[in-house]
Amino acid sequence: MATSSERSPPPFPDSEDQEPEPEEVGDHDSDDGEDIFLGSDDLLETKMASIPVGDAPAKTQSDPFCDLFSEPLMESAGAPKAQMDFTEKPASEMTIGSTQDVIEVKRDIAKAPEVVTDAATGLSERDIISKPRLDVERKPGKESTAPMVDVLMEPASKTSTAPMVDVLMEPASKTSTAPMVDVLMEPASKSSTAPMVDVLMEPASKSSTAPMVDVLMEPASKSSTAPMVDVFMEPAGKSSTAPMVDVLMEPASKSSTALKGDSISKPSSTSVVDLLCEPSSDNVKESKPDILDPLADVIQTAPGRNAKAPFAAVTEEPTRDLFDDTPSNLFAKSQPSKPAKHLQTSIFDDPDEDLFGEHLGDALKKPQNDASKGEAAPVAKARHVRGPLTDNHKEEGTDIFTEGSVTSHPSAVNRVVPANSKTNGVQSDEEEPDIFSEATVELSLDSPRNDRKRKEVANPSAPPAAVAANVTKPQPLTLEELEEEESEDKFELNISITNPEKVGDGMNAYMAYKVSTQTTLPMFRMKSFTVRRRFSDFLGLYEKLSDKHAQSGYIVPPPPEKSIMGMTKVKVGKEDNSSAEFVEKRRAALERYLQRVVCHPSLLQDPDVREFLERDDIPRAHSTQALSGAGFLKMINRATDAVSKMTIKMNESDVWFEDKLCEVEAEDQQLRKLHIMVESLVGHRKELSVNTAGFAKSVAMLGSSEDNTALSRALSQLAEVEDKMEQLHQDQATNDSFCFAELLADYIRLLGSVRASFDQRMKSWQRWQDAQNILQKKRETEAKLLWANKPDKLQQAKDEINEWEAKVTQYEKDFDRVSSTVRKEVLRFEKEKARDFKKQIIKYLESLLQSQQQLIKYWEAFLPEAKAIA
Amino acid sequence: MMEEDRDGLLGVTAHTIRVTEAVRDGDSLTFIVISQKLSGSGEYHVARTHEDFQWLQECLFNPEEVPGILGVISPPLPAKPHLNAPTKDLKPLGFLVMGKDLGTYCKVLEIYLQQVAANTRLSKNKCLENFLTSPEAPGHQRVRKSIFNRLSQAMEGLRKEGHKDVDSFFQTERDNNFTLTGFSKTATERFVDVVLTEQKLAVACGHLSTCLHLCVEQRDDHAAQAFSKICVKLSGVVDSMQKNFENVSENNLSTLGLGLDLETRYHEAEKEMLFRRTCKLVELETASRNAERAKPIKKAAMDDLKMKSEKEFDQISGVAKQEIARFHSVHVMLLRQALILWCEKQLVTARETFTCYSQHLQAFRDLGE
Repeated sequence: MATSSERSPPPFPDSEDQEPEPEEVGDHDSDDGEDIFLGSDDLLETKMASIPVGDAPAKTQSDPFCDLFSEPLMESAGAPKAQMDFTEKPASEMTIGSTQDVIEVKRDIAKAPEVVTDAATGLSERDIISKPRLDVERKPGKESTAPMVDVLMEPASKTSTAPMVDVLMEPASKTSTAPMVDVLMEPASKSSTAPMVDVLMEPASKSSTAPMVDVLMEPASKSSTAPMVDVFMEPAGKSSTAPMVDVLMEPASKSSTALKGDSISKPSSTSVVDLLCEPSSDNVKESKPDILDPLADVIQTAPGRNAKAPFAAVTEEPTRDLFDDTPSNLFAKSQPSKPAKHLQTSIFDDPDEDLFGEHLGDALKKPQNDASKGEAAPVAKARHVRGPLTDNHKEEGTDIFTEGSVTSHPSAVNRVVPANSKTNGVQSDEEEPDIFSEATVELSLDSPRNDRKRKEVANPSAPPAAVAANVTKPQPLTLEELEEEESEDKFELNISITNPEKVGDGMNAYMAYKVSTQTTLPMFRMKSFTVRRRFSDFLGLYEKLSDKHAQSGYIVPPPPEKSIMGMTKVKVGKEDNSSAEFVEKRRAALERYLQRVVCHPSLLQDPDVREFLERDDIPRAHSTQALSGAGFLKMINRATDAVSKMTIKMNESDVWFEDKLCEVEAEDQQLRKLHIMVESLVGHRKELSVNTAGFAKSVAMLGSSEDNTALSRALSQLAEVEDKMEQLHQDQATNDSFCFAELLADYIRLLGSVRASFDQRMKSWQRWQDAQNILQKKRETEAKLLWANKPDKLQQAKDEINEWEAKVTQYEKDFDRVSSTVRKEVLRFEKEKARDFKKQIIKYLESLLQSQQQLIKYWEAFLPEAKAIA
Repeated sequence: MMEEDRDGLLGVTAHTIRVTEAVRDGDSLTFIVISQKLSGSGEYHVARTHEDFQWLQECLFNPEEVPGILGVISPPLPAKPHLNAPTKDLKPLGFLVMGKDLGTYCKVLEIYLQQVAANTRLSKNKCLENFLTSPEAPGHQRVRKSIFNRLSQAMEGLRKEGHKDVDSFFQTERDNNFTLTGFSKTATERFVDVVLTEQKLAVACGHLSTCLHLCVEQRDDHAAQAFSKICVKLSGVVDSMQKNFENVSENNLSTLGLGLDLETRYHEAEKEMLFRRTCKLVELETASRNAERAKPIKKAAMDDLKMKSEKEFDQISGVAKQEIARFHSVHVMLLRQALILWCEKQLVTARETFTCYSQHLQAFRDLGE
C-alpha cells in the first residue's frame, strides 16, 4: 500500500509539466508530435499508475490525479484535433470521448482507492459507466474535467458528448440491423476502441514518438489479455451464424493463440517493460526520487495482471506469485529503458497499424469512422472483402489472419486500455468484471477487507477465463475443420421450392416455381421471403455463376437438365401421371440445386444468388438453350475430352491431381452404373405396383363371384389389402427414385462440374506455360538483338520481357490459386457427398421402415379375416 | 364309416402320403412317394414318374369299375413339367415349376395323391393301392389310349358345352363354375406376375448391392473412407431388401400361389366332371329320342338302352351332387388354409424385415461424419 501510494505522486510532476503542453499540442499538435508523445507517455504512466495507483493511492493524491488525468485528456484531445484537420471528426471525437472516459474511470478508481473501503462505490460507478454509456460518460467527463476544464473541456465537451455518441453508435446501429446484434455489438465496441487507438497512433507515427506507442501498448498489455479474450470469444462463439463472423473467428482463434504467445510475451513483458522504463526514467528524472519505488509497484502490478489474465487462472495464488516473481524481473529490465524503448516502438508500430486497419475493416465495415485511419482502413477492407470471396482463406487467408492475429493483439490490447479506463462506453459488461478483478486484486494486496470483493469479482472473472480456455481450443483447428464449420452455417438458410404452376398456354407455357427462403443471415434484408422463378431463371443463374466462378476452379453445382420431352408433355396439358411426376421431379431437383448453391460459402456471397433469391423480378435469362439436355451433356463430354487430351500434354507436377482425376473418372462410371441399377429397381417396383393392382382387381372379381360368403368377404378384403399394397409399392418406387436415382443423377452432373474445374486448372496451367514460352522467345530475341547490337530495339525487347515476366508470375500465381481452389473444392465436394449420401440414405431407410410398418399393419388386419373363413 | 373300410382296403392313410423329392435323371423326372402303412409300422417307398401318375388318373376314371364314377370330381393332376424348357413355355404351368428344385411340384403331386386317397369313391380303386405300394411301376399301355380318349372328349366338349341342362342346380353350377374358372385363372396369372416381379426385384437388388461394393475405394483420406463406409452399409441395406423380396416371393409362391393354382385346377376338374355329365345327358336325350321314334321291333332294345342311360345319368348326377357339395367345402378349406398360411408367413417376413431395416437405420445414424 505504502509503495503504491508513494508511487502515485510521481505522475503529478509529469502532469504538471505536461499541463501546459496540451495547449500547445492543441495548437500545434500536427507539428509538435513530441509534445503529444510526451503527453502520451504521461498518459501511459497515468493510466498505468491510475489504475493501480487509483486502487492503492492515498487520498491526498486525488487532486494531482485529476491533473494527471487532465493531461492525458488534453493530449489525446490534442491529437484528435490535429487529426481532425486531416481526417474526420468522428475519430477525433472518439478519442476525446475515450479520453474522457479514461479520465472518468480513473477518477472513479481514484475515488475508490481514496477510501479503500469504498471499493464498492467504485464498482458501482464503474458499472454505471459501462452500461448507460453515453450519459455516464458525459457526466463523469464533466465532473472529472472540472480541474482541467481550462485545457480539456473545450474540445472534450464540444466533441465528446454528441459526436461521441455518433461514433460509438454508428457501428453499433449498423451492426444492430443485422440479426446478430449481440455478436456484432462487440465488434462495435472494438471498432469504437479502435478509432481511438488510431487517433493515438497517428500522432505517434507522425512524430514517431516511441513513448506513445509504448503507452498504448502498456495498458493494452495490462488489461489486454483477459478482456481481449472476451471480446474475441463472443464472436467466436457465435461465429457459426454468419460468414462475416467467420472472418472474425479466425483472427480470434489465432489471436488467442498469438495472445498466449505474442501478447503475453511481447506486449506484457517488453511493452510493459518499456512503459515501465519510460515512466521510470522520465519520472525519475523529472520528479522526485521517491517515485522509483512506487513505479516499481506499478510495474509489478501490471505484469501480474497480464500474467494472470492470459493464464485464465484468476485465482489469487498465481497472481501473487506473479507479483512476487515478475515485478522484480520486469523492473530490473525496465531500468535499461530507453534503448529498449525505441526498438519496441519500431516493433510495435507496424503491428498496430495493421491491426487497426484490419480490425476496423472487419468490425465496422464502415469507412466513415476510419477517416482518420485513412489508408489503413481501406486496405483492411480490401483484404477483408477478398478473404471471404476468394479462396485466400487457405494461403493468403492464413497470412492475413496471422497478421491479423499479431495485429489483433495490439488492437485488443488497445481496446483493453479503454476497457480498463472505461473510455469506451460500448464496452461489454463482461469485461468489467475482469477489470474490476484486477483492480480488486490490487486492492486485496493492500487491504484485507477487499478480499471479499475480490472473491466476488473473481467469480465473474472466471467465465472470461473459461472463455479464454475455449479460445485456445479452436486454435489447433485445421483449415479443413474450419471449412467444415463454415459449411455448417448453411442451416441458417433454408430454401424450399413449392407450388409448381403452369403459366400460359400452348407451347409458350412454362412452369413457375415458388422459391421460399428462410434465413437469419444478415446479408438478406428479411428473414423470409418468396419469389417466383421459372426454369430458365435457374439455368440463367447457373450460367452467371459458372461464368464468374468456374474459371477460378470452383465447382459450381449444375442445375437439372432441360427436358424437351417432359416439358412438352406438360405444355400440351396432359394431366397424366408422368407429367405430374416430371414436374415434381424437376421441382425437387431445382430445390436441391439451389440448396447446393447456397451451401457453397463462396457462391452464397455472390450478388446474383442473393438477387435470385430476393428480387421480385429478374431479367429473363437468354440463350439457356445451349445448356439444356443433350447440349449440356455434349459440353461436358467435350470438356472431358479436352481434359484428357490436355493431361497427356500436361506434365502433371502434382500427383494429387492426377490421382484425383482418375478417381473422379472412375467414380463417374460407377455412379452411372449405379444409376442404371437403381433406375431398373425403380422400374421393377413400378411394375410390381401395376401387377399388384391387377391382382387386386382379379381377386376382387373372384371374391364377387364366390358362393361361400365368408370366402367372398375374405377375398374382397384381400383385394383391398392388395390395393393398399399397390399404393405402398408405388410410394416406395417414388422414394427409390427420389432418394437414390435423383441423388445419383445429381452427383453424376456434379462430377461433370468437378471435371470442369479440373479443366479450368489445366487451362490456367496452359496459359502459364504459353506465357513462359513466349517469355523464352522474347529472351532469345533480346539475346539476338544484343548480338546484333541494336540498342534501339533492345529497349523495347527488354520492356516486353519485363511485361511477360510479370505475366508469367501472374499466371503462375493464378495457376497456383486455381489449383488450390480446385483442391479445396474437391475435398469439400467429397465431404459434402458423403454427408449428402448419408442423409439421403437415412431418409430412404426411414421411408422403407415406414412402409414396412404399414405392411405389417395390413397383414395383421387381414389375418383375422382369413381365419374367419369357415 | 365307409371311408374307414375303404381305407382299410387301401392299406395306407391318406394324410400320410408324401411326395418328398423329385429326382432328375436327364430328361426324366422320378418322384419319391412315401406313404405310411395303415397297420402303423413301416412305410412304402416307391418311385413314380409323371407317366405313372397319368396312368393312375386314367385307371381311376375307368367307367367300368364304379357306377357313377364319371360324376366324381377328379383331383387335378398337374401337367407334366418340361425340364430344360425355356421360361416362356413354363408359364402355363404357373407356380408349379417356380419353386426351387421342383419342390412346389412335389407338393402339388402330394396334394393330388392325398385328395385321391381321401376321396371315398376313388380310393377303392385297386390301381391306387398298386400305385402307392407296388415297388414295380405299373404298365403304360393304357395310358396312351386314355390320352386319346381325353383328346376326343375335348373335341366333343366344344360342341356340347353349351348344351342346356335339364336340372337347374347343375345349370347354375355350370354357370358359376364357368365364371369362377375364368376369374381364378386370371387371379393366378396376375399373382404369378407379382411373384415374378418380386423375383426380378430381388435380382435387381442383388446387382445393385454388388455394384455398391464396387464403389468402395481403398483410399486413406477421410471423406473417401466415409463414403466407402456408406456404400458398404448401403449395400447391406440392399442385401436385406433383396432377402426381403426373396422371402416375400417365396411365401407368395408356397402358400397363396399354390392355393390359387389348386383352386384353378380344381375348378377345371369340376368343369370336366360337369362336362362328362352333360355328355351323359346328351347321350340320354338322344337315347330317349331314339326310343320314342323307334320302330316297335327295336323299341325294346331302345328302351333298354334308354333305361341304361337314364340309370347311368342318374347315378352320375347323384354322385355329382355329392361331389360338388364336397368340392365346395374342400376348396374353401384349401383356400382358407392357403390364405392363413400366406398371411402368417408374410407377417413374419415383414416383421423380420422391419427389424432388419431399423437396425440398418440405427447403424447409419450412428455413423459419424
